[in-house]
Amino acid sequence: MFAKLLVISIGAIFINNFVFSRFLGLCPYLGVSKRLDTAIGMGFAVIFVMTIASAATWIAWQYLLVPSKSNLLYIISDLLGFNLPPSSFDLTYLETITFILVIASLVQFVEMVVQRVSPMLYEALGIYLPLITTNCAVLGVSELNTVVYHYNFIESVVFGFTSGIGFTLALILMAGIREKLELLPLPRAMRGLPLAFLMASLMSLAFMGFAGLSFTK
Amino acid sequence: MFTLIILSIAVLAGLGIIFGLWLSISALKLAVTPDPKYELILNALPGANCGACGYPGCSGLASAILEGTATASSCPVGGKATAKKISEIIGAYELDIQEMVAIVKCAGGCENASDKFKYTGIEDCRAASLISDGQKACAYACVGLGTCEKLCPFGAIKMGLDMLPIIDFDKCTGCGICVKNCPKQVLELIPRGSMVYVACNSLDKGATVKRVCKVGCIACGICEKQCPYDAIHVKNFLAKVDYSKCIMCGICVEKCPVDCIMNRESGIPIPSSERGKELIAAKKKD
Repeated sequence: MFAKLLVISIGAIFINNFVFSRFLGLCPYLGVSKRLDTAIGMGFAVIFVMTIASAATWIAWQYLLVPSKSNLLYIISDLLGFNLPPSSFDLTYLETITFILVIASLVQFVEMVVQRVSPMLYEALGIYLPLITTNCAVLGVSELNTVVYHYNFIESVVFGFTSGIGFTLALILMAGIREKLELLPLPRAMRGLPLAFLMASLMSLAFMGFAGLSFTK
Repeated sequence: MFTLIILSIAVLAGLGIIFGLWLSISALKLAVTPDPKYELILNALPGANCGACGYPGCSGLASAILEGTATASSCPVGGKATAKKISEIIGAYELDIQEMVAIVKCAGGCENASDKFKYTGIEDCRAASLISDGQKACAYACVGLGTCEKLCPFGAIKMGLDMLPIIDFDKCTGCGICVKNCPKQVLELIPRGSMVYVACNSLDKGATVKRVCKVGCIACGICEKQCPYDAIHVKNFLAKVDYSKCIMCGICVEKCPVDCIMNRESGIPIPSSERGKELIAAKKKD
C-alpha cells in the first residue's frame, strides 16, 4: 500500500508532471509565474484545491455516477420500491459537469470558511482560490483519479496532493527563472511571454529525463 | 432511455439545488461583518475619490485608517473638519492640521512674458514642456495650456484671459493634484490663512528675468530689506515668503518694483499696487 502511494507520488511530481508532461494548467503556469511570491501563493492554493477536489469528486463519482449496489440513487429508488437494476443508474457520462459543479461549490465554501476563520490565510490564498476553481489541471486530476486510473479514495487524495506539489514545483522553478530573465538585455521581440514559452519548452524537455524512471520489477 | 434522461436531469438539478442552498446558507452564517467603524469613516470622508491621499479612493483610505497605516488627518481635501470627525470615530487625539490652498507662482501671462516660439501641439502643459522646455521664453514660467484646469477634481481652477490659471479659493481644497502634475512646478500649496505670496518661479538672474518677463522677480532684495518681521528672503534669485513669520502687513506688496509679490485678498492673483489696479481696470474694459 505504502509502496504504491510512493510510486503514485513520484509519478505525479516528476514523471507525469501536470505542466511538463500532461500540459495541463498552462494558463496559470505562464500567467502567475512572473514573480516568485505570487507563484508560491498560487502554488499552495493549487495544492489545496487539488487535494479537496480529489476527495470530493471521488465521492461524487463513486456514490452518484457509477452503477453499483452502493450507488445513492439506486438505494433511494430501492427504498421507494421502483425495483430497477443497478446497471440502469450508469451516469458516468455526466462526470465533467458534475465534477465542475462539485469543485466550484466546494472551493466557494472553503473560501468562505477561510475568510471567517483565518483572515491571514485568506489574504494569502484569497485572490488565487476563485481563479483555479475551473482550472483544467484541477478537473484533470479528478478525471484521472476516477475515469482513467480507478484509484481508491486514499490513492485519489494522495494523487491530488502530489499533483499539486508537482504543479507548484513547476510554477516556482519557472518564476525563479523568469525573475532572473527580467534583468537580461533582450531584443524587444523576445521580452516577456516569447521567452517564457521557450523556457517552458526547455524545462519540459528536461523533465522528459524522468520518463526513464521505471518501477516495474 | 427515458429513465436515463430523467435521471440525469434529476441528478444535476438536485446537485445544483443542494449546492446552491448549501452555499447561500453558509454565506449567511459565515458572513464576515465589516468593522462598523469602516462605514463611519467612509461616511466622514468627502467621497470625492480623488486619490490625493495616495490611496485608491476614499474606501482605500478608510481601510488604511482602520489598519493604522494612515492617520486621521490623511485626507487633504476634507481638512480640519474631516480630521476631527475621523479622530472622534477611531478615538485618536485631534491633530492640528493646516488647511492649504494652491497658488500660482507666475504672473507671466501672454501680456507680460514673451514666447520663444508658437506651440501648436497637444493642448497639455506636460506635452508642451517636453519640447525645448515649453514655448515660454522663461524656462520657469507657467506654460498656460490648462493641464491643472483639466485635472482639478473640484473645478477650482479656470484658465484666465491671460493664459494663466485663476484659482477659486472657495472651491480649492488643497488636495495638491495640480501641484503634483504641473510640469513647471508653478503651483504651490500655502496656508489658507496667508494672503501674501511671490508670483514668480524663476531662479534666473535679474537681468535674464527682465529680458523675458515684465513681472518676474529680479532678486533686487528690496522686500527683504523692507520687511520688518524678517519674513521674506531672496534665495537663488527668488524671493520666498516665510509663512511662519509673515503677518501680512503688505509692505512688500507695496514696495516690490516689478509687482510680483501678490495679495490673495481680492480673490484673483493681481498686484494690489497702482499698476495692479490699472490692470484690473484694463481687464474690465475688455
